[in-house]
Amino acid sequence: MKIITPKFEEGIFKSLMLFATASVLITLGLILATIVWRGLPALNFAMLTQTPQGGYYLGEEGGILNAIVGSIFLAGGATFLAIILSLPIALYLQVFLTPSSRKAYWIRLALDVLWGVPSIVFGAFGFIILLWLGVRASLLGGIIALALLELPIMVRGMDEAIGMVPSALKEASYSLGITKYETASKIITYQTAPGLMTAVLLAFGRGIGDAAAVLFTAGYTDRLPDSLFRPAASLPLAVFFQLNTPFPAVQERAYASAIVLTAIVLVISILARWLTNRFTAHILH
Amino acid sequence: MSAGITGEELAVLVLKRRKNKNRLARTGMGFLTLLATMLVPLIIAALYIRAMPILEAKPLGELLFSSTWQPMKNAFGFLSFIAGTLWITALAMIISIPPSILTAIYLAEYSPQRIRSVIKSFIDILAGIPSVIFGVWGMLIIVPFIRNFLGPTMDQWLGFLPLFQNNNPTGFSLLAGSLVLAVMVFPIIIALTEEVISAVPQGLREASLTLGATRWQTTRHVVMRRARLGIVAAVMLGFSRAFGETMAVMMVAGNVPLIPRSIFDPVYPLTALIANNYGEMMSIPLYDSALLTGALILLIIVLIFNLLSRLVLVQLLKRE
Amino acid sequence: MNGEKPHIEIQGLNVWYNDEQALINITSEIPKHKITAVIGPSGCGKTTLLKCLNRLHEEVDGIRVAGGVLLNGVNIYSQEVDVTEVRTKVGMLAPKPFPLPMSIYENVAFGRRIHGLNSVLDKGNGRNLDKYVENYLQTAGLWEEVKGRLSSSASQLSTGQQQRLCLARALAVEPEVLLCDEPTSALDPISAQRIEELLKSLKENTTIVLVTHLLRQARRLADYVIFLWMGELIECGPAYKIFNTPQDERTRAYISGDIG
Repeated sequence: MKIITPKFEEGIFKSLMLFATASVLITLGLILATIVWRGLPALNFAMLTQTPQGGYYLGEEGGILNAIVGSIFLAGGATFLAIILSLPIALYLQVFLTPSSRKAYWIRLALDVLWGVPSIVFGAFGFIILLWLGVRASLLGGIIALALLELPIMVRGMDEAIGMVPSALKEASYSLGITKYETASKIITYQTAPGLMTAVLLAFGRGIGDAAAVLFTAGYTDRLPDSLFRPAASLPLAVFFQLNTPFPAVQERAYASAIVLTAIVLVISILARWLTNRFTAHILH
Repeated sequence: MSAGITGEELAVLVLKRRKNKNRLARTGMGFLTLLATMLVPLIIAALYIRAMPILEAKPLGELLFSSTWQPMKNAFGFLSFIAGTLWITALAMIISIPPSILTAIYLAEYSPQRIRSVIKSFIDILAGIPSVIFGVWGMLIIVPFIRNFLGPTMDQWLGFLPLFQNNNPTGFSLLAGSLVLAVMVFPIIIALTEEVISAVPQGLREASLTLGATRWQTTRHVVMRRARLGIVAAVMLGFSRAFGETMAVMMVAGNVPLIPRSIFDPVYPLTALIANNYGEMMSIPLYDSALLTGALILLIIVLIFNLLSRLVLVQLLKRE
Repeated sequence: MNGEKPHIEIQGLNVWYNDEQALINITSEIPKHKITAVIGPSGCGKTTLLKCLNRLHEEVDGIRVAGGVLLNGVNIYSQEVDVTEVRTKVGMLAPKPFPLPMSIYENVAFGRRIHGLNSVLDKGNGRNLDKYVENYLQTAGLWEEVKGRLSSSASQLSTGQQQRLCLARALAVEPEVLLCDEPTSALDPISAQRIEELLKSLKENTTIVLVTHLLRQARRLADYVIFLWMGELIECGPAYKIFNTPQDERTRAYISGDIG
């Protein structure tokens, strides 16, 4: 060990670290490059505004509008449903329970565990519910499964955002005689609106990109979503189903779906980060 | 004596109404929260109920340890799928952990502030990339790379070891799945490890530096030692995410039910099994029950890992 | 001073935190084998000055240092000087004790190990190392209390014991100078007193630079005093002179408790 002086060892590891970091960044960048490489040429006006003609799996004509609108409806509906459930839960945790109470600890634990459930399990669960209700794969089924997937993500994000409100504000509110519910619904939601928005955005981003949960529950179709009780297409499944095909035109649709999906998710991520930065600046004042 | 209500009485009424509203809200919100916490047990219960037919029809030992999977002939042995999942996750972690930790150390200890925030933002944003996109990348880049270059080359140089023999000309393999999975898991491990390392108090670093230690000696012998537990938790979290991953691995792993002997053999992870066959689930007897049993096994393993890593984090926080 | 060459000479030292100047043109001397107390109101730059003496500032972004610090006549900021060597010769004791995440034994042995005096991977088989560890724990007045549990974790000690451990750890690399940054601020009075006594006994062989906001502590310990005010050096000299006949009005005001 004597030949490896501290300086030498430091040099080796520094190089390794730089190499590792560069590799990680390059790999991740390469992924985006690949999607653009194949997806950009596939994009044209027809692709974005038409549904597949002649069946999504075989049809040579048409575009991916079914998947785009389908995804928006699925993720939009799911996010809406998730907000209705998550906001009360997050507010309950932060306002009605003290941060250090045992109850809060166990609830957060349960939600954390929920957060770790693989999305295919949500899909399987959604499937079971649909069978039990006697409903087939449909837009509604997909919305429910995605809402369950988004719930823990949204609650966690909202919980964090609300947690940043200084307790002095809450105490001031209570000492003015404002009830906890009123404090929660009027004051806190206003104060933390950007943070809540961020949580919603991140959950939406997760929901729109998920395939495993909608696989069982939303089905697929080449039509635009026209009913809650009929199957709906989605961008991730559009990629998945149309990628492995001997027909180049079909494959083009897969690549187009991929780049559209990636673009949507990136925009959401960047938007969420921007909101977070503005939010924390806001809080510091 | 006026017929109407006095100002005072009105005030009392309004207060009562507000208090009732508060109580109602509290109950309602509490109820929703309770429902949310019951979701995981509910999911387990639902899966178990649907899994019962096959659990009653076949001994658990056969389900878990037989590798014969022929649903049409009523044979449901999960072993190759469990092995496939374990192999692909283990290999993905092996590939992913060293670069992730090195990157995290670089970000936390060595990089200048501006570079650090740029890189962290980049990694953060990429953490949101959907699974199918990684799958596309895998199919377009990784699989051909293995098929045309890595497979033949490694077989030539290291083929005397069964681990590196290339008997699969397609490129859709354990290695492909692990590589894709490893890249997917980078952001989680890097982000959490970086957080844990940054949380080590600066005073500890100074204590080491003032003894004349170099930066690297400080990082290696002091900071990493202190951050040990947190890093283990980060890795476990990455593991559980990798374990439950579906789409990307499904697209590149080959999906042939056998126990792999070489990294170039195809594998069929549990998640891919469930996703691939949901369509025929209802047409073959016990098939749906079997697949949902698979989902149940998957869920239980992921939960165990999640809880374990949480426990580790709690221990860590207790020490601070 | 008294004709002897100072251990440390500070020459025109200027320090900036981003754009704010924290130290303005400090020139002074630290005499050898004496206790020099650096005093002044909080925020005046005492700790900044201290950290310039072992180049600890370099670990943080955004700090700029100009000027020279001579240790035994050699500028520690010059290019040829290795920072780890400087820090080996100029040790430090922090206000809050930070025991390393290892056993008591390993804490004290750490300094020697990283300098290769005994390989880091050596599990303490060398008899020499045992003797060293015992010696420094004795010097720090901790030996009797821990001799039976050297392999237990250092975090189990009380705060006062931890600070003495940090002292033993710092002494184990045999520094010429020991910088003490408010070393008793986190301690109870009894532990504080022990540390003060240890510092007094150490000055025979080690130059001590003590930053403190406790005037009484400075009176008890200092041989030489440097008074800082808002980043500037106002007055410095032998302790009896500064405390009894301060020249500057601000020094007088601070010492008598009018300001600070």
